[in-house]
Amino acid sequence: MTTWALEIEDLTVAYHSKPAVWDVDMTIPEGVVAAIIGPNGAGKSTLLKAALGLIPKTAGHIQFYGKPYAQARAWIGYVPQRGSVDWDFPTTALDVVRMGLYGKLGWLKRVGKGETALAMNALAQVGMADFAHRQIRQLSGGQQQRTFLARALVQDARIYFMDEPFAAVDAVTERAIVTILQALREQGKTVVVVHHDLQTVTDYFDWVTLLNVQLIANGKTADVFTPDNLRLAYGGKLAILTDAQIEGV
Amino acid sequence: MGAIQKTDDLYRGNSYKDGMIVVPTAQFLSIWRVIGIIAILALAFIPISIILGVNYDYTLIVVALGGTLLGILSGVLGSFAVLRRQSLLGDALSHAALPGVCVAFLLFGRDIGALLIGAGISSLLGVQFIRTLTHTTRIKGDTAMGIILTTWFALGIALLAYIQAQSNASQAGLEKFIFGQAAAIRIGDVVMVAIVGAVCLVILGIFWKELKLITFDLEFAQANGYPVRFLDAILSLLVVMAVVLGLQLAGVILMVGLLIAPGVAARQWTHNMGQMLTLAGIFGGFAGGAGAVMSALDKNLPTGALIIVVATAIVLLSVCFAPERGLIWSWRKHRQDAKYFAKTQPERGA
Repeated sequence: MTTWALEIEDLTVAYHSKPAVWDVDMTIPEGVVAAIIGPNGAGKSTLLKAALGLIPKTAGHIQFYGKPYAQARAWIGYVPQRGSVDWDFPTTALDVVRMGLYGKLGWLKRVGKGETALAMNALAQVGMADFAHRQIRQLSGGQQQRTFLARALVQDARIYFMDEPFAAVDAVTERAIVTILQALREQGKTVVVVHHDLQTVTDYFDWVTLLNVQLIANGKTADVFTPDNLRLAYGGKLAILTDAQIEGV
Repeated sequence: MGAIQKTDDLYRGNSYKDGMIVVPTAQFLSIWRVIGIIAILALAFIPISIILGVNYDYTLIVVALGGTLLGILSGVLGSFAVLRRQSLLGDALSHAALPGVCVAFLLFGRDIGALLIGAGISSLLGVQFIRTLTHTTRIKGDTAMGIILTTWFALGIALLAYIQAQSNASQAGLEKFIFGQAAAIRIGDVVMVAIVGAVCLVILGIFWKELKLITFDLEFAQANGYPVRFLDAILSLLVVMAVVLGLQLAGVILMVGLLIAPGVAARQWTHNMGQMLTLAGIFGGFAGGAGAVMSALDKNLPTGALIIVVATAIVLLSVCFAPERGLIWSWRKHRQDAKYFAKTQPERGA
């Protein structure tokens, strides 16, 4: 029997009586790298944020490994969109990664050598060891993204949520992130990625959720990532991708 | 690979020594040394002012002590407002305190404790209105602040006029809350500021890493189940404490300057939040102390104005002279780079 890392039932999120996510049922099994894809305004980020309790949901149930969010919190790692913070904040890459350990450390405890070693290790995993003491403003966009990824890695979560980690990063960073995603899968972790680039879906992801406010399809990449489903999700907007190209990928 | 990374770094203006990137750990340590020197320079105000003929009698010592303590507190806590990009909120907070001061005066008379509690309640109420407006309507944050700030302040001015119209000699001195009056600080006030300030700093120490986290990345903290509402409330409460205590000194109109300027100046010198807050405390203490002493020498000089002039001078000096971020440093670095890169060709890797 499959263990579901994420189960979402009848999820609706509405702003001012306009639904951004409408009556979505979806599941993601344990140990896959899953993509949530869909056109702009399809509610991908909204779905992710509602699942993590960052924005209130209008209706629906969400479970992580069979437990509600409140009990599953310690198993969840989160990589926000890079643009969500002020990169001029007075701190270093190493310090940002150490922030991922504050939760485990608990109240009143100070960050020590052990935490620093763990954080350095995570930075090395994403190829950022040389930049540990760099002020975060002085990092490139891709390096900032990798710093965020390292911060999630130190959390040692069971399920990771990443909001567009591939947005505006160069080939080196994209490669580094993909390597990490695969390593996480090998460790039996689950990764849920909000993704934009249709060309890379079959290469990077085992599981796909196609969304356009309502759920279009949810399942293994081979079953879901079909021309018919994509046309349903993207409608007439998919002019750049012909049938031949979709079948080609 | 190495060559690629190196060229990449050259374009970001890193320092090189023998072909290696200079890891900025040494620099990190030397900033503490710079902070130490700045602290000593700030303390030098005392002997210099004595040489210039300032007579530190009991009253002046009390005033100077009060100004310094308030400045330290405002500088440290105000840094959070700077980092959270909520400088305007500090302004709204201080303006919103005025009606509270007036209402407390009408109810309880000239009792400083009551006046400050009134100021605090009124401030918090104002901030709560701003929050409610931005959360429940489509009014934007800055607009909501503009509305609440002016409404509360207008209410305060109207109440003040009403109080002054009554022929009661004891209302004299309420106007000091508008522009600040250091000469009115008593030893009791200083003791209160010291105790409340110490409590605030202890709370800051207890929640240091959590407050740092929500200041940098609220969304991440929320997704990881931190009690962000509770932490946010603590942070707001600390800032309100600093504002309310500082009102006597700087006044409702100029208080935001004492809150914001030290943090802005301190940010220029360091990339480390602990260092930034330490330096902001030193700058704030200097501005508060020096401003209070100068204004106490002549009773007609409004303290708030002098403090802000000193604080702004510190900002100006920092923006010009701070290493790495300062204008002069950037200009020198630019010239060095121009010379260096004119002579040096990048290595062609692979």
